[in-house]
Amino acid sequence: MTFSRRSFLAGSSALALSSAPIIGRAQGSDKIIFASILDLSGGLDIYGTAMADATSLAIDDINEAGGLLGREVELKMYDAQSTIQFYTQYATQAAAGDRAATVHGGITSASREAIRPTLARFKTLYFYNTQYEGGVCDFNNFCTGSTPAQTVAKVVPYAMNKWGKKAYIIAADYNYGQIIAQWVDRFVKENGGETLEIEFFPLDVTNFGPTINKIQQAKPDLVFSGLVGGAHVSFYRQYAAAGMNAEIPIASTTFGIGNEHKLISAEEGNGLLAAYSYFEGVQNPENEAFLARMDAKFGDDRATMNELTVRSYEGAMLWAEAVKLAGSIEHDEVTAALKSGLTYNGPSGPITIDPQTNHAIQNVVLGELQDQEFNIVASYEAEPPADTQLVCDLNANPTLSTFYFENGLAAAGIE
Amino acid sequence: MDLVAAIGLQLAYVIANLALISLGLAIIFGMMRVINLAHGEFLMLGGYTVVVATNAGVNIWVAMLLLAPLVVGIIGVIVERLLIRWLYGRMVDTLLATWGLSLLLVGLVTSIFGASTATTVSPPLGVLRFGNYSASGYELFLILITIVLFFAVWLTLRFTKLGLLARGTMQNAEMASSLGVSTSRIYMITFGLGAAVSGLAGGLLAPMTGVLPTIGATYIAKAFITVISGGSAILAGTTAGSILLGGLNGIFSFIAGSTFGEIALLIAAILLLRLMPRGITGRFFRKSL
Repeated sequence: MTFSRRSFLAGSSALALSSAPIIGRAQGSDKIIFASILDLSGGLDIYGTAMADATSLAIDDINEAGGLLGREVELKMYDAQSTIQFYTQYATQAAAGDRAATVHGGITSASREAIRPTLARFKTLYFYNTQYEGGVCDFNNFCTGSTPAQTVAKVVPYAMNKWGKKAYIIAADYNYGQIIAQWVDRFVKENGGETLEIEFFPLDVTNFGPTINKIQQAKPDLVFSGLVGGAHVSFYRQYAAAGMNAEIPIASTTFGIGNEHKLISAEEGNGLLAAYSYFEGVQNPENEAFLARMDAKFGDDRATMNELTVRSYEGAMLWAEAVKLAGSIEHDEVTAALKSGLTYNGPSGPITIDPQTNHAIQNVVLGELQDQEFNIVASYEAEPPADTQLVCDLNANPTLSTFYFENGLAAAGIE
Repeated sequence: MDLVAAIGLQLAYVIANLALISLGLAIIFGMMRVINLAHGEFLMLGGYTVVVATNAGVNIWVAMLLLAPLVVGIIGVIVERLLIRWLYGRMVDTLLATWGLSLLLVGLVTSIFGASTATTVSPPLGVLRFGNYSASGYELFLILITIVLFFAVWLTLRFTKLGLLARGTMQNAEMASSLGVSTSRIYMITFGLGAAVSGLAGGLLAPMTGVLPTIGATYIAKAFITVISGGSAILAGTTAGSILLGGLNGIFSFIAGSTFGEIALLIAAILLLRLMPRGITGRFFRKSL
């Protein structure tokens, strides 16, 4: 092998990279490392940047209250750039390099599935703070976001009572959309309704004209949307431009978590229904204090808070409460504390971990969009993750690390 | 009957949409052989021009039809002077340079406007009704303006002195130069015009799709596939490519859903380029513009 300048540079930079974690470890002994992996650039940054802001506020709040176990918490923020391969890389870096006490992050289900096995292997406590399709059953992964049995099961009967029994389902064409469409279909049938059509869209589709014609042809009473990402916001504009929003109303499992209601005009969005565990209008002292803190830290141009952002804050705070209760940052002690019935009272209300599934028992609110604000029209307290409970029992099998809904609901034994 | 009218309009719109996003690229790639990977970002900048201008109180028609092409055209001229003109004839280098430019523009727009931007401009012109079916009147307007735009580009290339000089320069730059044509200026104007057409397209689509710093990525692949399938003749090629690929996309989207619509478009492009490597106008309408 010839020794060229190029191979020397490559070799020496690899050396520099590999030596960095050693230094980090030596310094890190007095600080607790909290790693966050989110998409702060690329197409998914419409979700990721606000989640990162809320996470950093949580770490500020923890440190201002004196840190944890007398130690300061240091936030390591990784930008996965809407690229799955960076998720895997940074998860390994956070677990093996930074020796993080916990990793919070992942936005799409695809990104969660990329890092979940890695973090389970390293036994680095992992929090996924995003609403998703349910079905993760992992001893190491706490899923704090809402799942379909908590939200979709509420919005479907509400919308059907209001508008009628015939539904048309449209969703994004990847694992979240495919599985959420099956959930919506299931809840529609449970409530005595009928699904006329289920249609999926690749994430970069911006022209929804043919679908709008098909909806007009099928004449449903309502449309359920599980569309995802910036390009899909086009649907709501084109639907309104064809005059359809006045004729066939929409309920959604995703509209609002990217603050879509601020991106389209009031007339285009009015009347849309959505269910999450949080809207900014939730009334409680914790929420008032939280919003005031966000205003103070990020000023007037802070993003509107939604479930994703608030849960990123609450997920971090819940972990901190568990560390305090356990008196340790070790994996098994913190896990035991989280599963002990520990409740954190956050802006969205009380959150408790269900020990059977490692998912959160949480409040759910139904909102109707009016003039770019969600007005809360119904609220439900302490909803259990009933979907994941159908398939997952970590009490019986405490070492499980699987995703049951990978191949859809039928494959998981749910009719 | 109503359904036929509604689907017919929708098909025409899918085709016009493809033609509209491809024309600026066709001018720059077809005439100058410059692979402009920042084409999607030119469209995106057109969209942002409309959103910023309407938020500042400018009439939406002025913003779409005048400001968007003007602003992006000027950006195009600046880009050509600073970046592209050093790279003529070096196709791979322009590819890399414009890719870098695309990343830079996405980064700049994200840092100025943030990751998502409120586009509260709704499509103007109300609703068209066909019995039980309805469509946006703005879609019909977009179809018409695409036809007008193609006609205007054809008139410019066919009947104006600038068009003659441009076509001469593209055919044989050295000969044009020795006959006293400033080829450098012609390149600059052509690139600027291509950028202006892209800006106009992006501006016109903004009310339908909204604007995002990363929206260019959803256009760039389709625009390239259309232009390359079309072949060397800019207008005839882009028109033929749009009709074939957009038509298939629209029909399959309607029958089997958007996923199959996209698949049909890609398979058609692959088969077409396998059978006609020089595109549609490499075999048919060879003498056309």
